[in-house]
Amino acid sequence: MSDNLTELLFLATIISFILALRFLSSPKRARLGNQLGALGMLLAIVVVLSQEGLEGYGLMAIAMAIGTVIGAPAARKVKMTAMPQMVALFNGVGGGAAALVSLAEFHNLAPAAGRLDANESVSILLSALIGSVSFAGSMIAFAKLQELLSGRPIVYPGQKFVNAAIMGAAVTLAAVVVAGTEEQWLVVALIAAALVFGVLFVLPIGGADMPVVISLLNAFTGLAASATGFVLHENVLIVSGMLVGASGTLLTLKMGKAMNRSIANVLFGAFGQVQAGGGAAIEEGRTVRATTAEDVAIMLSYARKVVFVPGYGLAVAQAQHDCRALGELLEERGVDIKYGIHPVAGRMPGHMNVLLAEANVPYDQLYEMDEINADLPQTDVVLVLGANDVVNPAAKTDPSSPIYGMPIIEVDRAAAVVVVKRSMSPGFAGIDNPLFYGEKTSMLFADAKAALEQIAAAVKAL
Amino acid sequence: MLALAIFLGFEVISKVPTLLHTPLMSGTNAIHGIVIVGAILVAGRPDADTATRIIGFFAVILGTANVVGGFVVTDRMLEMFKRKPSEKQEAE
Repeated sequence: MSDNLTELLFLATIISFILALRFLSSPKRARLGNQLGALGMLLAIVVVLSQEGLEGYGLMAIAMAIGTVIGAPAARKVKMTAMPQMVALFNGVGGGAAALVSLAEFHNLAPAAGRLDANESVSILLSALIGSVSFAGSMIAFAKLQELLSGRPIVYPGQKFVNAAIMGAAVTLAAVVVAGTEEQWLVVALIAAALVFGVLFVLPIGGADMPVVISLLNAFTGLAASATGFVLHENVLIVSGMLVGASGTLLTLKMGKAMNRSIANVLFGAFGQVQAGGGAAIEEGRTVRATTAEDVAIMLSYARKVVFVPGYGLAVAQAQHDCRALGELLEERGVDIKYGIHPVAGRMPGHMNVLLAEANVPYDQLYEMDEINADLPQTDVVLVLGANDVVNPAAKTDPSSPIYGMPIIEVDRAAAVVVVKRSMSPGFAGIDNPLFYGEKTSMLFADAKAALEQIAAAVKAL
Repeated sequence: MLALAIFLGFEVISKVPTLLHTPLMSGTNAIHGIVIVGAILVAGRPDADTATRIIGFFAVILGTANVVGGFVVTDRMLEMFKRKPSEKQEAE
């Protein structure tokens, strides 16, 4: 294939990626956008494979087969609730690939000292560094979301100092290489340091912040891919990687904004440390009122306006269909049903929308946080289904709370609140919730699915 | 070229609704799988020694997993949005 044709086809790939991003920003064309992106990717792979002078096709075919066997079934079978960690995993392997490419390229180019110019070595080292951080960080994010590791922030004294020292060591190694000592062990050591840094950098971040972290690491991998492009002098890599780097950065900022938290706060705040003082004091002083499914059924049936507030618990219990069923049952009895959707309810933004869409909940019953908050003072009963931090009034009232300032769904403004929850354990952010001790609140201790089935049965029996 | 990519990256997603944050993140995640092009170039170098071949081999595995997994997961997320309007039409 001629160089011009190659460049032209790579340009087509880049255009397909740009259109993919554009389409992914609108609900109607999002799926088309993703398919277009996949098509562009396929084109790029075919083009690069048909370049003259390549060898080792057999090994490459085996590697691609293995990669597909790892990627496709995992992505096909994953449950809705586990999708965020899948994204983390696939992001990590991308970062790992970038790091390996730069390692291989260094191995190839560096046998003779002084053969690399500074531009080349800087690109190689950046790609190795960022790719490795992204790989290790994503794996920790995966482990946390998969609950292989505690979702709570893991902190120890001097953590920031240790992180800074490791990063400093990696940068020093990079400087030594750029200065002309092109020893391979230096690059391997740099990758090792970056891997350790990636682990330590994500460990202190709480599970609730993981989507923001994954988005940031996603932008990192984009930058690593772009740096790899500089190493190999391939525009398609430079531009596509940078597209992801830029859009990923903007998306990270937007996610942070939806939670009303700065990115620095997410990364360095060790958000969600267990509060020894404040939390315990609340528990001692107040009591919790438990209720039964039958009582809740009566409350709901004789209400005029009911708002459902779904959270991660609903997703875990896979209770979205039961939720819709109860909503329909109540509507038949003339109850006005609305769903209040917090932008970060669940473990990824838009999680609840996807979940309820799957259960065919009518789109016009879904209300965003601001809309539903205006409605809540006129609401008779709020049913909180497995949500916790996003309805925690401490975010408004307690300046010492780690989530202070985060916008919440103000369920305590409704006439009555029923919280369906498995136990009194704190939510993902690891903070106690004063809502549960409120005078208007009653607790229904059950799995969301079981609770909704029981309530629905009791409503039918009325 | 680079500046243009940065500008476009910001520009094309500037109006994304919260609802689509996660699928968009997942979609961009699949796109940086373009690193597989680099992996193929390295793994297939005619002058490669055994070490390069081995490192390249693993790079291609990881890159492929990124591409395949990334696009499939994104498609599955978006599939859920799509089912709704079709069912609505049936109901009407």
